[in-house]
Amino acid sequence: MAGRRELQEINAGSMADIAFLLLVFFLVTTTMDTDLGLARRLPPPLDINQPEPPPIKQRNVFVVLANANDQLLVEGEMTDISELKEKAKEFIANPDNQENLPSKTVINVPFFGDYAVSKQVISLQNDNGTSYDLYIQVQNELAAAYNELRNDLAQNEFGVSYDFLVESKDKAKVKAVRKIFPQRISEAEPKNINIGGK
Amino acid sequence: MSKFSKGKKSRGATISTASLPDIVFMLLFFFMVTTVMREVDLKVKLSQPEASEIEKLENKALVSYIYIGEPNDSKKFGTEPRIQLNDQFAKVSDVAPYIEQKRTEVVEALIPKLITSLKVNKETKMGVITEVKQELRKVQALKINYSTLEKVERKRRR
Repeated sequence: MAGRRELQEINAGSMADIAFLLLVFFLVTTTMDTDLGLARRLPPPLDINQPEPPPIKQRNVFVVLANANDQLLVEGEMTDISELKEKAKEFIANPDNQENLPSKTVINVPFFGDYAVSKQVISLQNDNGTSYDLYIQVQNELAAAYNELRNDLAQNEFGVSYDFLVESKDKAKVKAVRKIFPQRISEAEPKNINIGGK
Repeated sequence: MSKFSKGKKSRGATISTASLPDIVFMLLFFFMVTTVMREVDLKVKLSQPEASEIEKLENKALVSYIYIGEPNDSKKFGTEPRIQLNDQFAKVSDVAPYIEQKRTEVVEALIPKLITSLKVNKETKMGVITEVKQELRKVQALKINYSTLEKVERKRRR
């Protein structure tokens, strides 16, 4: 072509399409950083005037100790973190009604009728030198033990997993399952800290 | 087919601005989606532990964050784990006023729903965390959340 170029009009009709394309692209790729974590409830502060709670029978308590070298002592035995969940599951459910595992009381639970619920309590005690990583792993394994038992129970009774019940907000059933396997993780009072705070 | 002829038709043509609103809206939406309100500058190293039995933190307006870890600037602040509240280092005794401050910011009915999220570096020792937890118990801030990452390989969902 000879001569000077003409200034041509750019077709802007597809601009909106491009704009929407970009918008959709960013909408899809942008991840909102959701905060995930283990939700726990701290016990209320100790009242000095409060009478001592009645002692819990030793067979009902599952003692987990974590020392400063990140070693675990579970019910008096050195245990690896990978075995903790199975041990906790056996303790919580006590499937064979053993003498040294938690005793059971029969209570009436909706959907299940009369059900023998164990009086389990898990006691977790850690040293000031225990690493946070191990602490979270222990909390996680214990929560996993409860969740797996709840899952199995819900699967047998309702044909769906406990997770599904929670997600579908089936509150009555969730409550019934929780009543049979209540998550009772008690953390020992730190001994060297003054709780009165004077 | 005169429509597609390359004839000299227009002189001094202008770029159509008809789609400018689209672009502006696109940018607007983009920033609306990605903007995170009041992100603090982390002054501590934060490598969170992993866990599988985790829950989502639902309402961010009701969450107060406590960061604990080794200071980023270890030449200046040493390697001892420090607590960070908002944008600055704090002492354990500053935790209670921080929670009280947060409580004044929300409607009274929502105060029991406030959650404290502990974002702690995984190498931190439990000593300082226990102190913070005791402090939270004193001010009745009992709902806490140990912030973790999601463990990928061993997922329990069936």
